[in-house]
Amino acid sequence: MKKETKQLICVNCPKGCRITVTMEGEKAVEVTGYSCENGKNYAMQESVCPMRILTTTVKITQSTLRVLPVMSEKEIPLHVWKQAMEEVRKITVQAPVSIGQVIKEDLCGTGVRLIASRSMKKV
Amino acid sequence: MFDIVIIGAGIIGTMLARQLSFYHLKTAVVERNSDVADGTTMANSAIVHTGYDPQDGTLKAQLNVQGARMYPSLLQQLHCHHKTTGAFIVACGKKEEEHLSLLMQRADQRGIPYRVLTGQQAIKEEPHLSDQVTKVIDFYTTQVIYPWEVALRCMENAVNNGTKLYLNTEVTRIEKRETGYRVHSHDRFFDTEMVINCAGVNAPLIHDMVDAHRDYEITPRKGEYYVLDHDCTPVSHIVFPVPGPAGKGVLAVPTVYGNTLIGPNALECDGDDVSTTPQGLQAVRKAITKTLKDMPMGHNIRTFAGIRATSNRHDFIIEEVKGAPGFIDAAGIESPGLASAPAIADRIVHQFVEPRLHPSANPQAETTVQPPVIMSELSIEKQNEMIRKNPLYGKIVCRCENVSEQEIIDCIHRPVPATTIRAVKKRVRPGMGRCQGGFCQPSVLRILARELGIAETEVCLNEPGSTVLVRENRL
Amino acid sequence: MMKKYYDAVVIGAGCAGLAAAVALKKNGIEDVLLLEKDEETGGILNQCIHNGFGLSAFGEQMSGPAFAQRFYEQAVSQGVIFRTGVMVTKISPDKTIVCSSMQDGVVTLQAGVIILAVGCYERNSGAIAIPGDRPAGVYTAGQAQKYLNMDGMMVGNRVFILGSGDIGLIMARRMRLEGAEVLGVAEVMPYSNGLPRNIQQCLIDYDIPLYLSHTVTGIHGKTRLTGIDLSQVDENRNPIPGATKRIECDTLLLSVGLIPENHLGDACGIPMDPAIHGPRVDESYMTEIPGIFACGNGLHVHDLADYAAHQGTMAGNGAAAYLKNGENLSHKISVVAGNQVGYVVPSYVHTENVMKTAELYFRVKQPMEHVEIVIRSGEKVIRRMKKDHVIPSEMEMVIIAGKMLEGLQDDLIVEVHA
Repeated sequence: MKKETKQLICVNCPKGCRITVTMEGEKAVEVTGYSCENGKNYAMQESVCPMRILTTTVKITQSTLRVLPVMSEKEIPLHVWKQAMEEVRKITVQAPVSIGQVIKEDLCGTGVRLIASRSMKKV
Repeated sequence: MFDIVIIGAGIIGTMLARQLSFYHLKTAVVERNSDVADGTTMANSAIVHTGYDPQDGTLKAQLNVQGARMYPSLLQQLHCHHKTTGAFIVACGKKEEEHLSLLMQRADQRGIPYRVLTGQQAIKEEPHLSDQVTKVIDFYTTQVIYPWEVALRCMENAVNNGTKLYLNTEVTRIEKRETGYRVHSHDRFFDTEMVINCAGVNAPLIHDMVDAHRDYEITPRKGEYYVLDHDCTPVSHIVFPVPGPAGKGVLAVPTVYGNTLIGPNALECDGDDVSTTPQGLQAVRKAITKTLKDMPMGHNIRTFAGIRATSNRHDFIIEEVKGAPGFIDAAGIESPGLASAPAIADRIVHQFVEPRLHPSANPQAETTVQPPVIMSELSIEKQNEMIRKNPLYGKIVCRCENVSEQEIIDCIHRPVPATTIRAVKKRVRPGMGRCQGGFCQPSVLRILARELGIAETEVCLNEPGSTVLVRENRL
Repeated sequence: MMKKYYDAVVIGAGCAGLAAAVALKKNGIEDVLLLEKDEETGGILNQCIHNGFGLSAFGEQMSGPAFAQRFYEQAVSQGVIFRTGVMVTKISPDKTIVCSSMQDGVVTLQAGVIILAVGCYERNSGAIAIPGDRPAGVYTAGQAQKYLNMDGMMVGNRVFILGSGDIGLIMARRMRLEGAEVLGVAEVMPYSNGLPRNIQQCLIDYDIPLYLSHTVTGIHGKTRLTGIDLSQVDENRNPIPGATKRIECDTLLLSVGLIPENHLGDACGIPMDPAIHGPRVDESYMTEIPGIFACGNGLHVHDLADYAAHQGTMAGNGAAAYLKNGENLSHKISVVAGNQVGYVVPSYVHTENVMKTAELYFRVKQPMEHVEIVIRSGEKVIRRMKKDHVIPSEMEMVIIAGKMLEGLQDDLIVEVHA
């Protein structure tokens, strides 16, 4: 089968390792340039289906701010971002909220939870 | 029915409004922009020239000298900021020194004080002066002011005395009536005995609404400037080159608040074009090196351009329009228009308004206004007294310029209210500093929305349509 | 009510200030007061809702607010005294502080040590003097970030971004997620100024074009922005004639650099290093005014909050040592940016009684591959290390054992060789 190489930049940490993945069809057969296990896993995954943590805000009432920062607890497929944002836009939470609190159990059918990424007091 | 409609709320219109408000007269000021002093008055060199420059026999010469002498008491009455910096006119070489002699002659005739310095003496006082400088005249009574503050206080004074101010009101048409005029805007009209055309670069447009035979042209000329942060003070005097045919040349001006202006160039332009240009800014940077060396241009925090209304008569045009009795042009008011403004207003009152309307003085009229609270200018004891009365005086919103929330609120509720972010900036300075509103603009915007009772998405930077936010993101 | 005297006053409760306050307490300093101008602690981190924080400090993927919250909790448990909504308006070499707040009015305090953790501000349209009109619709990236992530307001619908700094890249993605069209990012240099991973996850992920060697040469719009001129530039960063196109947009975000905010330090007469726009400090982060320290983005701009926080800890340790042992009066040598190095922090180091380790932070002048970093004093090489690649947007840090500085006479030079 024809081999193809892909150049990637690891997004796991700020180091931004430049990783080369050799693909055979849909399968990654060789990964070089990573400097940790996370990086290797990232590259394998990235070459088949890029996954990202989603960070955004949801509406919050009875707090000092109007929006609460939230993030997906784990990576979700990059390509679902539009649907995920549609869901996020419909959410309203009420203060108080504490960091890590689950805002939505299953984001966009991914099975990943959306959690508060800071605490917010009630006013 | 008004006695007088003033078109344009720049320095001329507002000073005139104030003067007229001392009489029993019904006066309206009609302004196209969202704030007073939003045109030429907002973007100029901020100098009260003493009057050595205009040629003999001109209105400019007469009114400049007269106006400059009126300023000290005016600034005091209206509690306006000013700084007597002096003005160095800098000659490099024999030929330019000859021009200095001409200026000295004029100054002697007009009673304007000055002192003469050698190049070396001058460099001691102004270390950034170019080594090419051979001789300097210091017109040491020259002042810098905050032009829009003066216009604003004049307008407030007038409004307190009963003058009506119509902002966002562009004059579209003027009808001659049996007696007087009907001045139309897009949504209302004003019937009036007299019209005073103080519309700056747009004065010809207004003139043409009543007369088809205008005998002057106004060519707008753009001047571009750099503003340096007040963390550097390269000059303590205004520094001019020897004046040339295109005007006073590129100068450095230490402003009232410690910033330094560098500019202007002079470029003919379309009426309302206040855009800056790469060529113009480049020209300013180059021209300043004629008089000053090693200027800290890296401390630039803003560039801007202003327009001057240069007429083909090269003099102020203050006259009644032929065939339009009671319709007065105050046109071609370019430099030294700011310095001449009090005298121009005076002249209009005495030469045109009094003979036509014979108004009686209003003894109840105030000649001053309550100045706003400026926390950074008070002693700590006084600051604490203010904060005890109103804690928001202790909440600093703008850290570049040290402005409290209450000072911003105050300016939104004064007789001529600030209704936009720029209007707040002009009055109390948040956004004038090195961060240019990066930190404080969101706070200022919120305060404006709250105090004006409008949505945050309706708050404008300056003119209608200049909204800062397009929508609430999570409804 | 605030007291008249505190052993240590930290100005600014971003992560550097919080970390500094924690370090002071951990070193046994009794009275540690932390002053913050905003109503809550956290500083700019509160608007940085993206992840990527905390990996080096806590080994976790955190948002900016979460990262700040972690330090806040540490500071609370250490017994740091907090005052929020307090703006410091003046500091003096004798370590008096004037500050203003609604609760206490204008108060003058005396501190044993002051730590400046004042953060930075963004270069803006004024400073870079883009020719053209001055309409609404031009924002610094951080300003738009504050509006969006804290006030819940969108600044525009069709967005162009000038400068590939990290905040600009983060905002490109953020605006796209919220439904704006992001038309591109222009970078005047032939390489990006942001972290490589942000190019990937903020631009490439969302098909947002990056225009290298391009800049914005015109701004159009009388009231609200209607368009910009995008021009290609030559190797001297001058626009190439004829290589300009108009892009219609209602929003221009600027991500063209951060500058330490030092008006307090300037007014106090603290000597500054023009290369970093921050105070000249020694290896303990003390400025040249004894007892006044500086750290975080108010000292020099970091690319990661984790590093800024770490530097806060180090400054806290340094300030505690000063309170306990007095000033280090031993010999000082300058630290100098050598070949291909843009700047180095600290500006000088002591050669005796130094802390266990000294850290040298620096940035290279241009991207390079397979380099050797050399730190030497005269001919004596202190440290030598190899790196696969270095880029200006990634700060380099080299740790040197304090012992290595002992007895040095000549300037310490940091240089990079291809």
